[in-house]
Amino acid sequence: MKELMLGNKAVARGLYEAGVAVASSYPGTPSTETTEEAAKYDEIYCEWAPNEKVAMETAFGASRAGKRSYCAMKHVGLNVAADPLFTMSYTGVNAGMVILVADDPGMHSSQNEQDSRHYAIAAKMPMLEPADSQEAKDFVIEAYDISEQFDTPVLIKMCTRVAHSQSVVETGERADIPVKPYVKDAGKYVMVPANAKRRHPIVEERTRKLVAFAEESSLNRVEEGSDTSMGIITSSTSYQYVKEVFGDKYPVLKIGLINPLPEKKIRDFAAKVDKLVVVEELDPIIETHCKTLGLEVTGKDIFPLIDEFSQGLIATKLGLPEKPACKPIEGLPGRPPAMCAGCPHRGMFYVLSKNKITVMGDIGCYTLGATPPLCAIDTTECMGASISSLHGFNTALGAEAEKNTVAVIGDSTFMHSGMTGLANIAYNQTNSTVIILDNSITGMTGHQQNPTTGFNLRGDPAGKIDLEALVRAMGINRVRVVDPYNLAEAEAAVKEELAAEEPSVIISRRPCALLKKVKRGEPIQVNPDKCKSCKACMKLGCPAISFKDGHAKVDATQCFGCKVCSELCKFGAFETLNGEAITW
Amino acid sequence: MVTSIMIVGVGGQGSLLASKLLGRAAMDKGYDVKVSEVHGMSQRGGSVVTYVKFGDKVNSPIIDKGEADYIISFELLEAARYVEFLKPGGQIVTNSQQIDPMPVIAGTAEYPSELISKMEAAGAKVDAIDALTIAEQAGSSKATNIVLMGVFSKYIEEISKEEWIKAVEASVPSKFLELNLKAFEMGLAAE
Ligand SMILES: Cc1ncc(C[n+]2csc(CCOP(=O)(O)OP(=O)(O)O)c2C)c(N)n1
Ligand code: SF4
Ligand code: SF4
Repeated sequence: MKELMLGNKAVARGLYEAGVAVASSYPGTPSTETTEEAAKYDEIYCEWAPNEKVAMETAFGASRAGKRSYCAMKHVGLNVAADPLFTMSYTGVNAGMVILVADDPGMHSSQNEQDSRHYAIAAKMPMLEPADSQEAKDFVIEAYDISEQFDTPVLIKMCTRVAHSQSVVETGERADIPVKPYVKDAGKYVMVPANAKRRHPIVEERTRKLVAFAEESSLNRVEEGSDTSMGIITSSTSYQYVKEVFGDKYPVLKIGLINPLPEKKIRDFAAKVDKLVVVEELDPIIETHCKTLGLEVTGKDIFPLIDEFSQGLIATKLGLPEKPACKPIEGLPGRPPAMCAGCPHRGMFYVLSKNKITVMGDIGCYTLGATPPLCAIDTTECMGASISSLHGFNTALGAEAEKNTVAVIGDSTFMHSGMTGLANIAYNQTNSTVIILDNSITGMTGHQQNPTTGFNLRGDPAGKIDLEALVRAMGINRVRVVDPYNLAEAEAAVKEELAAEEPSVIISRRPCALLKKVKRGEPIQVNPDKCKSCKACMKLGCPAISFKDGHAKVDATQCFGCKVCSELCKFGAFETLNGEAITW
Repeated sequence: MVTSIMIVGVGGQGSLLASKLLGRAAMDKGYDVKVSEVHGMSQRGGSVVTYVKFGDKVNSPIIDKGEADYIISFELLEAARYVEFLKPGGQIVTNSQQIDPMPVIAGTAEYPSELISKMEAAGAKVDAIDALTIAEQAGSSKATNIVLMGVFSKYIEEISKEEWIKAVEASVPSKFLELNLKAFEMGLAAE
């Protein structure tokens, strides 16, 4: 059957057809839908793990037990899971195991633009790079065969444009894969130095065999062209751009197995063309390989190391004229993302901004608290860094910082990598104040469950970690819960905990406004006769409030009815749609 | 021949359903289709773009400057933002609704005026329609996207009304089907 499928959905289809039994992942754009779509097949057990390292090790355990397994993450997730990655390369697998990593060139939803292909090289693991949805499905199936044939986990590298583009996929049947019995084998699975020393040569030998495989495999294919004055080596979405610009004019070597790269195949291709060009996004991986082979090649001397590519970029860099287009309209205001109307995070950020508190930020919807008008966040690096870097900040500056600095972290991020930072605070005792923004969901990545929500990936009831009890058990004595819609309560809590002479945790608790189970309040309005145009309410940055004709105005279709804005008005200008005073 | 359509708007406005509908209708017609979406961060009220391309063979899933035959926009300012992606003389079908972006809300910018004439001056043809009001008349503001697709369907000669309706039936949940079919018809009939 033919179906129009998102690249990520095609990956899930590939998992199904490959007979995969267990998937454990942590959400991250643009990888999330692979696991969500896989969960729609009853045959595949799917779960959200607390972080990528746990996910990878879980998948590895399932593979060792003898069932084909899978885990997915975004590029930065592979940093978190890098530790198991490098040693799993030594142990190899029992049943096939695939690790999907999704890069985000252009940083549509990421904090950096790292190129995950480096990991495949560093961990000496095969990596496949599909260029559309059909390949995404086919490569997943092939990856399991490679995994079992060569006794190694296999990486699949996606990028935003392959993961989040739909194209036509021909579907097939699920393979019946028998369980491979687990056999105790310390030499293979116990990586103490003596055993690891014996495994490392096996890894190097495997790479030599994989290079031979790369020479023959149809994953790397030559497409002939009519004009051999130039030949292009490319992979992933860049291949699509090259084909869009040149069609069948120039010969193309399309790389599907990006690690290890073939040698003879590339030399033979280079010998047939006058000029060799490599088109690849981000870092020069294929290009460096060509140079190692002693080939003269054009690559990053003309193509950027930064941002994603497009057909227009490739055309102009290779000397074609720009296409005529409508003229741009200058001076338009931007439209950056913002927290939703009624977002529970907004009230807490208002309090922090008003009190000019230094805020160590983290990653999630709440990172948007850094944007105007709130501008409440001072730092953002990676998941978990808020708490650990707060401890470092306070250690360096002492009471001067402790009285005016907090960390903010979401519930999912706290489970992911915030707990260890808090352990450091509890253990090494800075008077740090940590605010857990508990909106009962993993919001930013599209609302996934996590260990604090009480539900699993499929939405069924699951174990639920009690944040208050957990934090207390870690040795934090001052723990309190506040409602961020109640600004007075939130402000009092922040001031008291900053003043306290011991570590404290404030749990700012309100579910995300977009959750189905959350009831929308009645929209409210501004009485223009009472509004004194002071713009106090505009400091919240609620997208439902604008300033029109000299007065604040609420857009009733957007307003969530959280009533936080009304707490800021000294003149009681906010009222119900019937003109009644706002009550709580 | 490839037809290139950009669907633009504000995150959360329902552009994913519009692209699903269009992709579906084109695929049922036997075309090669690619649809490129953006998920994640910009879904939180930012500017969002979806590309839909169909034809005998589609390679790149994205649309570059000067390549779009059509822009379908859910919001006026967003239509203007992407005008340079349009071929000279290309067609914009836009909702006339205005949603203030954060810089306007925060008071550091003004919502631009006379956007329709600016788009025309840039070289575009513009069909602006109050799709929100029509959707409310059809029964729900949530059907604004389908109203716009109804308006847009008139421009795509390759796909008949019956084929569009089949795609609507296949793309929306059955409990909202009646509303969406009505919204589509009202968009189609709108002048
Ligand atoms: C290592 C790593 N994995 C995954 C992500 C993707 N990601 C960004 S924010 C986020 C979680 C947000 O959830 P939460 O902390 O609950 O905050 P919310 O968005 O709900 O406010 C994730 C998984 C990432 N940036 N880094
Ligand atoms: S999705 Fe939820 S947590 Fe994220 S900005 Fe919107 S309301 Fe806030
Ligand atoms: S009540 Fe006020 S702050 Fe809350 S969503 Fe409505 S306008 Fe925004």
